[in-house]
Amino acid sequence: MANATTHTPANRGFLEKSGRYGGIFSWIFSTDHKRIGLLYFWCIVAFFLIGSLLGALIRLELFAPGRTIMGAQTYNAAFTLHGVIMIFLFIIPSVPAAFGNMILPLQLGARDVSFPRLNLFSWWLYVIGAAMAVTALFTGGGPPDTGWTFYVPYSVGTTANVSLAAIAVFILGFSSILTGLNFITTIHRLRTKGLGWGRLPLFVWTLYATAWIQLLATPILGITVVLLFVERVLGTGLFDPSLGGDPIMFQHLFWIYSHPAVYIMVLPAMGVISEIIPVFARKPAFGYKAMVISSLAIAFAGSLVWAHHMYTSGMSDTAVMIFSLLTFLVAIPSAIKVFNWLATMYKGSILLDPPMLYALSFILLFSIGGLTGLVLGSAATDVSVHDTHFVVGHFHYTMFGGTGMAFFGAMHYWLPKIYGRMYNKKIATIAWVTIFVGINVVYMSMMVVGVQGMPRRYYDYLPEFTALNRVSTCGAWVLVTGLLMMFVNIFYGTFRGKSVGSNPWGGATLEWTVSSPPPPENFEEEPVVTHGPYDFKKAGVV
Amino acid sequence: MTKHEHIVSYKTIITVWLLLLVLTGVTVGASRIDLGALNIWVALGIAATKSSLVISIFMHMKYESPVFKLFLLIALSVLAIFVGLTLIDVLYR
Amino acid sequence: MSEHHKDYTGAKLGMWFFLFTELMLFGGLFILYAVYLKRYPKEFVTAGDQLSVVLGTTNTLVLLTSSFFVAMSITALQRGDKKFSLRLIGGTIAFAGVFLIIKYFEWTAKFHHGVYPGSPHMKEIAPGESIFFSLYFITTGLHGIHVIIGALVLAWAMLGVKTGKVNGKDWILLENAGLYWHLVDLIWIYVFALYYLVL
Repeated sequence: MANATTHTPANRGFLEKSGRYGGIFSWIFSTDHKRIGLLYFWCIVAFFLIGSLLGALIRLELFAPGRTIMGAQTYNAAFTLHGVIMIFLFIIPSVPAAFGNMILPLQLGARDVSFPRLNLFSWWLYVIGAAMAVTALFTGGGPPDTGWTFYVPYSVGTTANVSLAAIAVFILGFSSILTGLNFITTIHRLRTKGLGWGRLPLFVWTLYATAWIQLLATPILGITVVLLFVERVLGTGLFDPSLGGDPIMFQHLFWIYSHPAVYIMVLPAMGVISEIIPVFARKPAFGYKAMVISSLAIAFAGSLVWAHHMYTSGMSDTAVMIFSLLTFLVAIPSAIKVFNWLATMYKGSILLDPPMLYALSFILLFSIGGLTGLVLGSAATDVSVHDTHFVVGHFHYTMFGGTGMAFFGAMHYWLPKIYGRMYNKKIATIAWVTIFVGINVVYMSMMVVGVQGMPRRYYDYLPEFTALNRVSTCGAWVLVTGLLMMFVNIFYGTFRGKSVGSNPWGGATLEWTVSSPPPPENFEEEPVVTHGPYDFKKAGVV
Repeated sequence: MTKHEHIVSYKTIITVWLLLLVLTGVTVGASRIDLGALNIWVALGIAATKSSLVISIFMHMKYESPVFKLFLLIALSVLAIFVGLTLIDVLYR
Repeated sequence: MSEHHKDYTGAKLGMWFFLFTELMLFGGLFILYAVYLKRYPKEFVTAGDQLSVVLGTTNTLVLLTSSFFVAMSITALQRGDKKFSLRLIGGTIAFAGVFLIIKYFEWTAKFHHGVYPGSPHMKEIAPGESIFFSLYFITTGLHGIHVIIGALVLAWAMLGVKTGKVNGKDWILLENAGLYWHLVDLIWIYVFALYYLVL
């Protein structure tokens, strides 16, 4: 058994644990939340690399007008896969499933989540869903070419293998639901002694808000893709105007899930930032209650705005106005968060370690993404930039500049805890600079070319857009270089890096009180919490 | 299981069952009278009464802590909001 | 795994959360129903009249009674009457079978009249009517799948009661199986009102 205070390189904590099975089976049949978290993590990283490769290929194709490296049909498949992989296999499970699993029970002072076997089952569903999505590429009428949104009527008519992809999405959805269910129950039932609701780390709060969205919105996606499947197989006509159906209803059902899903992606990321900033500013989080309420408010208000994706679809003008108004409401709690992060840093003694650098760039990039979102949320301006590259640039700023950066930040913040080894900080910093520059070059030029009128998802473009597309593609090369540097450094650090103690960053939450890597059962004795999550003085770390 | 778990008596369950059967009869009867647009609301009203009986007694919701009730309310409200906001589009198109 | 204190409230809470997701899954279909009822009020009535109120009512009574059996079986188990509890669960599963058989006859009768998703007949009738029937088949089909799953879960709980794993002191498995079964009943209450009684 590991001892919390005497960490030696020989102590491998839960990584050493030998259960009923050996080798790989001790991982893929493990019900230990830390092992499941790592399983998710490595799968997610693998899919991120595949998705990034596809993204780089798309950029390469757009380097010049006309055919550059691939045909039009291949291009359609490439952007569909890029979207499906990045959304369903990377971003949605990224922070909650990987880091939520690793860290949540530790932060609660619990031995595990409420339903460990269900947790393992969720991971298996994820793997099965992912396998089906990949199978859809090579079977049936070819890889799906509908874009990740699967809009009817094209998705019903196309001969590509949309049916299998739809079922894959259904299964991935249930994986996400079960994780959410598990987390809410865990947060309600397994908080340790003294850990009242007012002392929960902000990361836990965001996971809680996220889990509610997963629980209540994801089933709607489930039924939507089932209806799409049935429509393709049986021809029910529910979305077919010639049979009395309404294609806009597909968009409603799809976005009832898929807009709240944006907050499934970004809320836990905000949680990560809320953990990192107080630790590296050496100051308690500013406005704890406002942070908690804004998390819940984002989850709630985010469920009311889905139709802002549909201003040009032909829905009623009344709906356009109401949804536009509601959309602007979501900006309020998001802005509260940004201001509170800034206020936390004010007069703090800021340490610019890699996790903090990612957190800082999150704030900037997410703010750009959020503010350009208002351009899209306002119906009048949306009509002119709808379905252009401006939209693509906007959501990459929020998703990649936001959630992606938070995921990398979490990686640099918590992997030393989980593996007990530190990466090379200098290389991590250089990689961060490269990624930061790359992101801005790629997506800023996309936004500009979008405002000039270049539509998204088009294979070809007018010659006057060439220059900006070249800039964007060059930015993609910078970005890829930075990503490779970062991952190689992280992999190397994970397995060969220097041992670190239990609390390398001086955090005050519970995960830093156990050894690195944590013992199999997390805590020798049930810990008792006596101070708030960011009370560094009482925690004795400053 | 904890000792303070409430055991619902046979009598209560039988009463609720009989009520449910009666309500089924009532809703079928009401549906045969033409009330115009009201029909759907009468049918839904009786269905809501029936389901609240099932939820509170058969599913023991009546004996659960307030947090269970709150969560049920949240889930139902969210569904109502989804239906309502969708209708904002459809009713004014 | 070492012995941890079993968290019954947590298990029940988890089950309720799962029921919420099931509710939202059907919720998507209810949204479509609301929208299309608004658009095709007359066609929905014409189509709804073609469903058999007698069979629908019978099935409602069957499901309500099966729900009643589950509720009774939990009380029986809590009072230590294992035999009675087993009989009641058996009765529920039998009624699930009756429900499915009636449903089977309803569906095949519709098929004989050429009413099934994608049929040539469906393309000839008024658009609103074909939408009604498509929704009807998808909703009752999905519900039917839930009936089968519910019966299987109950069978599992029954096995637990038989072996004594589920007993008067630890009945959470039966309780959760029962909750799932009641949800199947709840959904049907609305399906019955919206599809069979629409006028």
